[in-house]
Amino acid sequence: MLYAAAITTFFFVGGAAATLIRLELATPASDLVSAETYNKLFTIHGVIMVWFFLIPSIPAVLGNFLVPLMVGAKDMAFPRLNLASWYLYVLGGIFTVATLLAGGVDTGWTFYTPYSTMFSNGAVLLAVCGVFVVGFSSILTGLNIIVTVHRLRAPGLTWFRLPLFVWANYATSLILLLATPVLAMTLVLVALERFFYVGVFDPSRGGDPLLFQHLFWFYSHPAVYIMVLPAMGVASEIIPCFARRPVFGYRFMAYAILAIASIGFLVWGHHMFVSGQSLYAGLVFSLLSFLVAIPSAIKVFNWTATLYKGSITFSAPMLYALGFVGLFTIGGMTGLFLASIALDVHLTDTYFVIAHFHYIMVGGSVMCYLGGIHFWWPKISGRMYPEGWGRAGALLIFFGFNLTFFPQYLLGWLGMPRRYHEYPPELQLLNVFSSAGAVVLALGYLLPLGYLGWSLFFGRKAPDNPWGATGLEWQTASPPPKHNFRDIPEVHAGPYGYDPAR
Amino acid sequence: MNATTPLWALPAASDTASRVDALFLVVLAVTGAVTLAIFAVMAVFAIRYRRGSPAQRASPPTQSRVVELTWTFTPLAVFLCFFAWAALVYGSFYRADPAAMTIYVVGKQWMWKAQHANGRREIDELHLPAGQPVRLVLSSEDVIHSFFVPAFRIKQDAVPGRYTAISFTPTRPGVYRLHCAEYCGTDHANMGGRVYVMQPAAFAQWLEQGPSGASLAAQGFELFRRLGCSGCHDARSSVHAPELDGVYGRTVHLADGRTIVADEPYLRDSILLPKKDVVAGFEPIMPSFQGQVSEADLSALISFLKSLQPGGPSGK
Repeated sequence: MLYAAAITTFFFVGGAAATLIRLELATPASDLVSAETYNKLFTIHGVIMVWFFLIPSIPAVLGNFLVPLMVGAKDMAFPRLNLASWYLYVLGGIFTVATLLAGGVDTGWTFYTPYSTMFSNGAVLLAVCGVFVVGFSSILTGLNIIVTVHRLRAPGLTWFRLPLFVWANYATSLILLLATPVLAMTLVLVALERFFYVGVFDPSRGGDPLLFQHLFWFYSHPAVYIMVLPAMGVASEIIPCFARRPVFGYRFMAYAILAIASIGFLVWGHHMFVSGQSLYAGLVFSLLSFLVAIPSAIKVFNWTATLYKGSITFSAPMLYALGFVGLFTIGGMTGLFLASIALDVHLTDTYFVIAHFHYIMVGGSVMCYLGGIHFWWPKISGRMYPEGWGRAGALLIFFGFNLTFFPQYLLGWLGMPRRYHEYPPELQLLNVFSSAGAVVLALGYLLPLGYLGWSLFFGRKAPDNPWGATGLEWQTASPPPKHNFRDIPEVHAGPYGYDPAR
Repeated sequence: MNATTPLWALPAASDTASRVDALFLVVLAVTGAVTLAIFAVMAVFAIRYRRGSPAQRASPPTQSRVVELTWTFTPLAVFLCFFAWAALVYGSFYRADPAAMTIYVVGKQWMWKAQHANGRREIDELHLPAGQPVRLVLSSEDVIHSFFVPAFRIKQDAVPGRYTAISFTPTRPGVYRLHCAEYCGTDHANMGGRVYVMQPAAFAQWLEQGPSGASLAAQGFELFRRLGCSGCHDARSSVHAPELDGVYGRTVHLADGRTIVADEPYLRDSILLPKKDVVAGFEPIMPSFQGQVSEADLSALISFLKSLQPGGPSGK
């Protein structure tokens, strides 16, 4: 609950920055904000959305609550560590807010050297500290989930009886644990270089600016899977429940999660196809990037097959989950353009990339985060949300999202570079569509904030299992008692024992 | 171009552009068709199997190894085709035609500076002859920039402390947008200008206009003497230093056993970081010229070194 409140706050701060960005881009000229302010806006939007919203969103808010419930445990393995990791999150958040108060930072969320170390005048150190600290929060959350899944499964709950949500959060936690330390070290090097002129990344002292990119993306590409794997886990719970049938290809779904998590560590160089890295390195990373797309394709096919011979109702969580599958498909397909190395040369650092990763992160992660919040809202809060409002919100967000980001694919193909506060006038029409969509999207996000807040106090009392779902979390009270279950449950079968005939 | 530039209105003004466009259209057709097929199947299932519909739903399948393997290996085969085609096109960006015209381009907050072989310089503009293979050698004086001409479908980062290069042949005369695509600070969005692709005759005329000065190689020779390079590298010098006639493109054996082809990055490193790649049989006595030569000086020096014929007398 603490996480939910803190993360929601940062989501709306980051969202406000995004809204200002889109408002500036409604016209080709620079009129609403100056170049410098614009650069600070997209930096803070990126930093907050990546590290203070997307990465902790599903694992910290839903994972910490649901993983123990789903494995039939009384709590996380280390409840105090859980709280400590929340405090670290808030401490990191304080650094980030301090960055804003100190005038902001203009490096972009990627902190590329030598700009961040030698040239930027912004509050780089504060921002780096914020990200460094919040990284420890990630590591501790990951550790906690891993230990919980290994040690606290209920009797009879074997690995291949685990819900896919648990699989997804488990794989995510492995990435958190293995990749985040690399980010921490890299940021320490940036801070040392900035203040003590160490020269690791500075070519005039024999350093190499590309080394920073390698280290940064070694973390930040797996971080994409930190953001999207839990979303896949959420969709894999919602879709079988509202199609009233078992998920198709359960084992392949679990293998695909593990495949994504492991191959995801080997594709970082696809962010650097035009950076000057060796031609052959580029080719290897291109091939591996195609390979990592395959388990994602398998998952899309399996979700679609899960609808076959189902008995489908379109409640708000299902609308979010189906929206997720559609948007993730578009995001994934456009990823193939970027993996095709010669196309990436034209498309990288343009709005095509912006559109691609927003389809994955917003169309993927945010849709599923909201879908998951709605699906488990009765369990979390003990109240029902208003279904009509929920569906309206899901549709509004879906519409606003596409209006915002689809035109950006076209802008990218036409060669509009990212991180531009001004652009050629012939690109205005598409930018106006995108900015209009951003307004719709902002309203769409305010809607759930309103009615979910309302339902906390005035919503109908939720029964223990309003959706007739099969997970262990639905076999206890809503909200769960202090130790989750009165008696630790025993498990005799795999998840998703739904029957469409009933 | 007007306010409603359609998708297909991006001009294709180079050989690279047509190769990239062909690949793009095929990838677009395949992924577009598959995406639409997935959406169609989802829609059909969603309608047919909506709750309360009379559809037959006895014993829904929950797994099938054959189906899973089919939709694992079919995409794999398609992806490998995409990969191979894209790799071929990508390779062509970096394989320079031997007859290519080399132009040095330096990025700097917030401008692009270009040096042509005959010594003509330009800022935020680049004039090129249609039909002539071009090779751009890029570097940066401060942070990372990226040279991006959408009409050519090429983009290459300019990285401080090293050379990067990209090759293409402009094909269609016209005026095209030039951008910086790698975020480089406050005025990043305004770092750019125009690329003018001209008929060869018009280009030759343009090249001769402007302040007449020494060619890039001649400027390099001037620097070669002024900086004292000739003191050691001249054949008559008493100092034991590597012979530079015909050095460009030669295979060099290094003191640590490696061999290296003397390309622009090697010559650059030899001037700025002489202890990095020491030639076999020589003492590492050369001082570094880091901080004494600008990026523009370096391009001149290297142009001069490239102009030295094997066995010929130094200088012009």
